[in-house]
Amino acid sequence: MTRQDRIARLKQAAIERILILDGAWGVMFQREGLSEADFRGDRFVDHKVQLKGNNDILCLTRPDLVTKLHEAYFAAGADISETNTFSATWIAQEDYACEGAVRDINLQGARLAREAADRFTAAEPDKPRFVAGSIGPLNKMLSMSSDVNDPGSRSVTFDQVYDAYREQVRALHEGGVDLFLIETITDTLNCKAAIKAILDLEDEGLEPLPIWISGTITDRSGRTLSGQTAEAFWNSIKHARPFAVGFNCALGADLMRPHIAEMARVADTLVAAYPNAGLPNAMGQYDEQPHETACSVGEWAESGLVNILGGCCGTTPDHIRHVAEAVKGKAPRAAPERPKAMRLAGLEPFELA
Amino acid sequence: MRPVFVNVGERTNVTGSAKFRKLIVDGDYTAALAVARQQVEAGAQIIDINMDEGLLDSKQAMITFLNLLAAEPDIARVPVMIDSSKWEVIEAGLKCVQGKAIVNSISLKEGEDKFVEQARLCLRYGAAVVVMAFDEVGQADTARRKIEICRRAYDILVDKVGFPPEDIIFDPNIFAVATGIEEHDNYAVDFIEATRAIKQQLPYARVSGGVSNVSFSFRGNEPVRRAIHSVFLYHAINAGMDMGIVNAGDLPVYDDIDPELREAVEDVILNRRPKAGGSQTERLVDLAPKYKGEAGAAKVVDLEWRKGTVQERLTHALVNGITEYIEADTEEARLAAERPLHVIEGPLMDGMNVVGDLFGAGKMFLPQVVKSARVMKQAVAWLMPFMEAEKDGQPQKSAGKILMATVKGDVHDIGKNIVGVVLQCNNYEVIDLGVMVPADRILDEAKAHGVDIIGLSGLITPSLDEMVFVAAEMERRGFDIPLLIGGATTSKTHTAVKIEPAYRRASTTYVLDASRAVGVVSGLLSEDRPKHEAETRAEYVRVREQFARGQEQKNRTPIIKARANAFAIDWKAAPPQRPSFTGLRAVNGDLADLARHIDWTPFFSSWELVGRFPAILEDDVVGGAARDLYRDAQAMLERIIAEQWFEARGVVGFWPAQSVGDDIAVYSDESRTTELARFHTLRQQMDKTSGKANLALADFVAPAEAAPDWIGAFAVTAGHGETEVARRFKEAGDDYNAILASALADRLAEAFAEALHRQVRTELWGYAGDEPFDIDALIAEQYQGIRPAPGYPAQPDHTEKATLFRLLDVENQTGMALTESFAMSPPSSVSGLYFSHPDSHYFGVGKIDRDQVADYAARKGWDMATAERWLAPILAYDPAAASDVAAA
Repeated sequence: MTRQDRIARLKQAAIERILILDGAWGVMFQREGLSEADFRGDRFVDHKVQLKGNNDILCLTRPDLVTKLHEAYFAAGADISETNTFSATWIAQEDYACEGAVRDINLQGARLAREAADRFTAAEPDKPRFVAGSIGPLNKMLSMSSDVNDPGSRSVTFDQVYDAYREQVRALHEGGVDLFLIETITDTLNCKAAIKAILDLEDEGLEPLPIWISGTITDRSGRTLSGQTAEAFWNSIKHARPFAVGFNCALGADLMRPHIAEMARVADTLVAAYPNAGLPNAMGQYDEQPHETACSVGEWAESGLVNILGGCCGTTPDHIRHVAEAVKGKAPRAAPERPKAMRLAGLEPFELA
Repeated sequence: MRPVFVNVGERTNVTGSAKFRKLIVDGDYTAALAVARQQVEAGAQIIDINMDEGLLDSKQAMITFLNLLAAEPDIARVPVMIDSSKWEVIEAGLKCVQGKAIVNSISLKEGEDKFVEQARLCLRYGAAVVVMAFDEVGQADTARRKIEICRRAYDILVDKVGFPPEDIIFDPNIFAVATGIEEHDNYAVDFIEATRAIKQQLPYARVSGGVSNVSFSFRGNEPVRRAIHSVFLYHAINAGMDMGIVNAGDLPVYDDIDPELREAVEDVILNRRPKAGGSQTERLVDLAPKYKGEAGAAKVVDLEWRKGTVQERLTHALVNGITEYIEADTEEARLAAERPLHVIEGPLMDGMNVVGDLFGAGKMFLPQVVKSARVMKQAVAWLMPFMEAEKDGQPQKSAGKILMATVKGDVHDIGKNIVGVVLQCNNYEVIDLGVMVPADRILDEAKAHGVDIIGLSGLITPSLDEMVFVAAEMERRGFDIPLLIGGATTSKTHTAVKIEPAYRRASTTYVLDASRAVGVVSGLLSEDRPKHEAETRAEYVRVREQFARGQEQKNRTPIIKARANAFAIDWKAAPPQRPSFTGLRAVNGDLADLARHIDWTPFFSSWELVGRFPAILEDDVVGGAARDLYRDAQAMLERIIAEQWFEARGVVGFWPAQSVGDDIAVYSDESRTTELARFHTLRQQMDKTSGKANLALADFVAPAEAAPDWIGAFAVTAGHGETEVARRFKEAGDDYNAILASALADRLAEAFAEALHRQVRTELWGYAGDEPFDIDALIAEQYQGIRPAPGYPAQPDHTEKATLFRLLDVENQTGMALTESFAMSPPSSVSGLYFSHPDSHYFGVGKIDRDQVADYAARKGWDMATAERWLAPILAYDPAAASDVAAA
């Protein structure tokens, strides 16, 4: 099956049912009780900086674990699994002095996911599995000052962010992902740099892949960290003509619902949501049980708000299994037909009807 | 139902708002953000941001402003329109906005490939676009061309680029109407028709435009401009215009406009002949003054002016554009003149100069000026046969050949055409190369035609760079003819700072507007060319200096580093000299002697007569006024001396002193143990290059470890009696002599200070005993040592005067006093410190930073707020903003 065949099947599947994304990776790695040596493997034995916590490097040093997690999620019923490349950009990897390994992480991360997905698809041809290339946020933001005394200062430029994402998305593309997932977006301008990096791949003759864009509403203010409302966020990124758009992280299902409902109203494309397993407790752990998560998002499916569901921080293959079961047979949301209009955005939306 | 209209805020546009431009050029982004905030608060749904200013790094200004704006949620809530004629500025802007912006603008001007490339980039950055009705041929003026270009652009965008049609906004070019040029009369109709067609034929596309252009010819008359905007929008919006760059809050409601004015405006907008006959432009021009707010009654036909002298009648005819009597009046003038040419050079040019002044002052509008030119042309035509006869059948020689062109990349030519008309009226041969003319062609044609002057025009900002290029090419190719610069975005500052330095072989002159062109051209083609060029050159030197001063606020050196780069004096090489006495000495001035020391140049400038004395007395323009004034001044001076109107008193003192850091400690005696007073000085914090020091006055006094040194101080006045004399005149209703008396008292005080300084140098301190006596050298300050005063550039802190007054016991010694704001009373007083070292010199402290203010406050025993209040004019930062940050 060629990649274009898979993309066609992905789009077909999205029309037929609610698709299921995998769950958290961090919590699963934690359960493995990994040591510094696990992170270093052979390749980074002499690395000067501590690597423990750099989960993305495990694509290179513990590929067996990465494969195991993909398989666990596919086995739990996920249609789509994300590559283990959330922080695999040179800007994010600077903290670990691993800028030089960025291409390899993405390439290897994509291949591991690809192999796992293809094995599952071969075993269950009626339920093809897909790979989403994970493109996470950066620790540096383009819309926010890096210096409290100088609101105009920025610790990074658009061109640098673009460059970092460009390296990542090229390697993910080469490694065989079916779609790109720009996720946990805290700053829409960073996201726009990633979008441009992806769109510009066409200039290199690379086949276009679907883009899924997932923002993060950080708190009860109902805004992204960089200050946009849900609709302003949509207006700002819809030029990517995304395959799907939605929110993930920061909030549990109950607090995320109004924002997903808003996105379901304004976006004329698939809507995707993968909330955390509730809010963390005092110890920083997520207590929401799989059936609780499934109950909340099951209601979203009932109400016709979503096309893709999954889990973010604190969710496990068990959560995903429950979610998949809860929405089984439920109709996916039908995208609204919106009248054509010029829609712009600052922090708030603007529409000239 | 009135269609929805989106009002795009126009105040954050440096090309549209002089206030905003100044804020940006000065780097005052805090205030610039406040402008943006006001607009959003006033209801702007989108804000247009334009930084196209020739003197700015537009790209950096765009980045800085957008980044700052992102931190202001109450402004950043609305989308921005990134407005520039430079793609690189637009792209830099797109990299700073998280929302979805509008790019203003792209066009087919540079061909389809570029257009497609830029549109594709807009799509990938995620922006809507404004597309100008502009193609490879030029900017569309007729409705047909506008529609044709917009359709072509639409098809390319939608079919080839895949641009969402709902994100396309067309700007079919709003041009000025009522310019007096017939071809412009239909411009508003063309726009409105194009708008209607675009909305009908190009699905989902929008129409926008810069509204203020339409009324450009009525600049200076805001009520009429607003009425024009309102009427124009009424029709354009009904035709489908969706948005506009306009200060909409300012507009009168269509229905509320005085029906008479509305009808006249409507005739102009819709290009209709008025019911009453005549041209619609003339009618509106006639009506306009009535609505200006000041001019009252409507005009009645009044032939009273026919009773004036021939010069008065010619001037009246020119100003009012009346051709009816022009031939008769011209003939009368010819009969009175020696030669027909003298009528042109004399009364007719004088009349045109009046026109120029009125136009410059915003009291006449472009169409009127064109009418004036028409009158002029008729007069010249009448004289022509006489001039030819005089030349004995020889072909008429033109007064000079002028080549004119709108530079490459620019298509605006209304102003240039008017200049052309006016010049031709004045018997100049004009070779007009049109618009978008590359430098090569301009210069080739100039050579081929052997022209006398080249005039460049441009309206958009990039033209400024192109003009610099043309100037550089003229230099390279060895041209030696004058270059003239004109057009809406050009300025004297830009010409002086950027263009003139590129062309050194001959002169470059900025021409403010059409009405100035003849004066400038005739000056440059006369025998007086060197004089005119020298004046312009001298003026541009000043403009450049002024500009440099404005720029110097940019980079501040930390005070620690500045101090490390203090002015170093080799005290061993020239050890300080001991004054003839230490302590105080009272001095009296002899008015007759002081009168000989007067520097007259500032005296004339206080009367707004600018020029150096004594040349000013012979000045063409102000010479007469200057001579009268000088005569009156001399007469009064004689009475002042003879009748002893004023009393000149002063005090001078010297003390042992040493510098201590940036302070100067003053000691009671040579033991140098008891500190009598301490002067605090301020240090320059501008970035210094090429080994120049960061100066402070303290640098001119030796530190204790280097050598014993001294400092002097003085306070003098010639003002006792001044206030009484001035009041006496004023009470007698003679303001002229009241002002004259005060101005002379001022000059006498300055002369007193100057004479005393000389006495200090040659005898009281005596460090320059052999100095020759030469008033011109004194005025030119060519002597050793300085006498800087607190409150002046070398020590901008006025409060230091308190220390000086205390040390000199000024009040008891001279009867002078300080006000609470440290001004001296009587007003005609001068005080200062004396520095003797040969290397001491005047300088300006310039802007200083927070670190030095804190340091200075500590030395003065002030709190920060007090320091910032007294030093407010020289702060390089905004203390309000700084304290906000501290509080936050």
